[in-house]
Amino acid sequence: MQFSVILSTAIRYMLPLMLIFSIFILLRGHHEPGGGFIGGLVAAAAFALYSFTNSLTEVRQALRVEPRTLIGVGLLVAVSSASLSLFKGLPFMTGLWYSETLPVLGKIGTPVIFDMGVYIVVVGVTLLIIFSLIEEG
Amino acid sequence: MLLAVLSGFVLALLAPWLYKIGRDATGWILAILPLALFGYFVGFIEPVAHGEPVSYTYTWIPSLNVTLSFYVDGLSLLFSLIITGVGTLIVLYGSGYLAHDKDVNRFFVYILMFMASMLGVVLSNNLVSLFVFWELTSVTSYMLIGYYHEKEESRFAALQALLVTGAGGLVMLAGFVMLALQGGSWEISDLFAQANAIQGDALYLPILILILIGAFTKSAQFPFHFWLPGAMAAPAPVSAYLHSATMVKAGVYLVARLSPVLGGTEAWLYAVTGFGAVTMVIGAYIAWQQTDLKRILAYSTVSALGILMMLLGLGSEVAVEAAMVYLVVHSMYKGSLFMIAGAVDHETGERHITRLGGLLKAMPFNGAAAVLAAASMSGIPLFLGFVAKELIYEATLDAHILPLLITILAIVTNILTIVAAGMVSLKPFFGPPIKTPKHAHEAPWSMRLGPITLASLGLILGGLPFTVEEFGKLIASPAASAILAEPLEVHLHMLPVALSTVVMLSAVTLLGGIGIYLIRLPLGRVVAPLNAVSAVGPEQWYKWSLDGMMVVAKWQTRVLQSGYLRYYLIITILTTVGLAGITMVSQGVLQNLSAITMTEVYLHEIILVVVILGATVLVLRTASRLTAVAGLGVVGFCIALLFVLFGAPDLAMTQFSIETLSVILLVLVLYKLPTFTGFSTRFQRARDLVISLTGGILITTLVLIETALPINSRLTPYFAENSLTLARGHNVVNVILVDFRGFDTMGEITVLGMAALGVYGLLKLRLGQKSPDKGIKQPVIPHRTEEFYTTPVPAQEKVDS
Repeated sequence: MQFSVILSTAIRYMLPLMLIFSIFILLRGHHEPGGGFIGGLVAAAAFALYSFTNSLTEVRQALRVEPRTLIGVGLLVAVSSASLSLFKGLPFMTGLWYSETLPVLGKIGTPVIFDMGVYIVVVGVTLLIIFSLIEEG
Repeated sequence: MLLAVLSGFVLALLAPWLYKIGRDATGWILAILPLALFGYFVGFIEPVAHGEPVSYTYTWIPSLNVTLSFYVDGLSLLFSLIITGVGTLIVLYGSGYLAHDKDVNRFFVYILMFMASMLGVVLSNNLVSLFVFWELTSVTSYMLIGYYHEKEESRFAALQALLVTGAGGLVMLAGFVMLALQGGSWEISDLFAQANAIQGDALYLPILILILIGAFTKSAQFPFHFWLPGAMAAPAPVSAYLHSATMVKAGVYLVARLSPVLGGTEAWLYAVTGFGAVTMVIGAYIAWQQTDLKRILAYSTVSALGILMMLLGLGSEVAVEAAMVYLVVHSMYKGSLFMIAGAVDHETGERHITRLGGLLKAMPFNGAAAVLAAASMSGIPLFLGFVAKELIYEATLDAHILPLLITILAIVTNILTIVAAGMVSLKPFFGPPIKTPKHAHEAPWSMRLGPITLASLGLILGGLPFTVEEFGKLIASPAASAILAEPLEVHLHMLPVALSTVVMLSAVTLLGGIGIYLIRLPLGRVVAPLNAVSAVGPEQWYKWSLDGMMVVAKWQTRVLQSGYLRYYLIITILTTVGLAGITMVSQGVLQNLSAITMTEVYLHEIILVVVILGATVLVLRTASRLTAVAGLGVVGFCIALLFVLFGAPDLAMTQFSIETLSVILLVLVLYKLPTFTGFSTRFQRARDLVISLTGGILITTLVLIETALPINSRLTPYFAENSLTLARGHNVVNVILVDFRGFDTMGEITVLGMAALGVYGLLKLRLGQKSPDKGIKQPVIPHRTEEFYTTPVPAQEKVDS
């Protein structure tokens, strides 16, 4: 498939920007519009665009991990964040918050980590489907 | 106590690793746990016998009032002792029996898990935890019956046992829920005080029936008895443990446990005694006509379970006493006989008694154990079985209903039981030796210990006046007291004190048994024609219902799961329209149509709607797939803009991302789709138009009415108020997603992950069909080819851009 030079040049700069933007959306989600689901979709879209101008091998190299692994890791992160409260004797999924404000991340608590899990799962799911479709073609 | 119940599960997890270290000695190491637990429970005998039940409560799910509470009284203690005591011997026996089996570590895992679950059943004081453990025994039993999973017969038997006991368990759960609601508590010990209220309630009968179905399926009562003989596909240690000594007695346990709550009524008397009596006769009658050692034992177990149920149904003091003594007797003799049958099978390669004989010389230990166990089974004096039989007759003569009939049935059952006892002990070990497939020799010590211990216990407990009395005082009395819910002193006697009717009946039984044993072969030929009845028996019902279910499943799959997206859409839309439409009309929602008011509409909103409509028409009319994709994208983005205009930025962002990705996905598959034109006939188009119009009209009306009516929601203000205080987030939408309703999200991302794996699997599967020359996928031929492709499909379609 032949795509325009403009797209292939632009995507090289857009990929990191879109990824940073997706993380920005993920982190602001708790107070402003955004969140893990939207952030994950943006990140997946970034890689999908990248895959339009580059071979799948290159995209996989850029991603570094298998999308399948991402799904598992994401679910694990989500479940672990929800289980943390069990160790404090609180019911499953009780939100726990760290009292200090961290740089960049802001207030951090288990719901934020849970949202990160959602982000990772969404990236994994979308890319798994896209990669499979590309491979088939 | 929690540790005692759960330690089996923990050890089960460690068993495979232990096996790597311990190899052949693993059984001896693992047996330490049940032995230690046995010792632990022995420590309870003294306090419990003094009428001090011990209870332990651990919180489990406080929000649902579910606790892990354990209750040790005479009844649960008796069962715990049997479970751990026999369990010790079984783990040893199993390590010998399956020594050369590659999957023996799996056996250890399942058997330990089963033991722990069974302990949970008999010790639970909470209906919910009892149910959970109950189901765990069904599941582990499934694994154990299906141990030889390469054999079709094993898999069938395992599934049959699981379906029968599982279905019974679900029915029982319904009974439990009703019982807990009526009694006001999930704790069994609390329900005792509510017995009168529960029995006076209109729901008493349904509760009773539901719970009894659960107990009857588990304890293989007629008409559910057929799964037990099938379960003989399991290895011998499993049969000895689950299907004679413990699991099948769970139903008996449940009936006994709930006696103080549900028992004593007429319904109870007729149902429990009636089914028990029928079961005991049928089981005994089929047993003596079998030739397979394990099947004889299986049917005689069915019979024994029937006797126990019958006694519990009678519910008098002596009947309950008899049940408890017989329960112990049966666990000992049947456990050992099953192990002996396994040993014979293992060492000779044969388990049909017609082809076995004179094994005593080759297998002296097992032979001796078989004689001892059979003596107890036959109720010969000096054995505990005799004490039990005396009590059974005393109970039947004393019955509130039809004492004569029940006594006669009991005599018949006991006579046939004696015949079965002779068939499994005398026939294989005495008489002229018969050559067997394997050269017969004695089993290893691990396989001798169990049969010998259990068989001789019958003599030790029943052969000395002192032990009989102590057994009655320490074990049987507390158990019987727990069932009757009042203190009861049981005085057992080794031998009858006077010549009474009961003694006469015992003598008649013994003589009758010996007589029939001698003429069993000719007699078997005489009654053989009667067995044709089994062709319409309960096992056939099971097969028919299973086959029927498959037919229905195939039919509805054919109708609903056509494999075409358009039919799925049609079904989904029509169902929605039908259900929502009926509700709207019947609930008078349509009357609110007048409440609809049109607020001012702005120009930019109108423009957006026009664009959406235009794009939709374009999608429908275009001849190019790419244009259609772009048109759909326009529709999606315009809707996203509408979200922005109406103050839903989160939705809009999601919609934007989804639209982008959809377009990307569609572009990826664009090349692979067949020609775009000529799919539908004129009729199909008209049909689709009508369906989509009704769907659209329904949703429009619904939304208009919904927004026109005053919203009386408690959730909206709740989320708005508590988002920041409870969940520390300003964005309510996100807080709902990750915190308030985080559990839903967890489920959704799991489903998402599964769906992605499904897509992955489907695509990879089709990759395998690539034609080797060009690397182009062959079109997957659908069931209705002529409809799908009106024109021959070119390998790669030209797409106009």
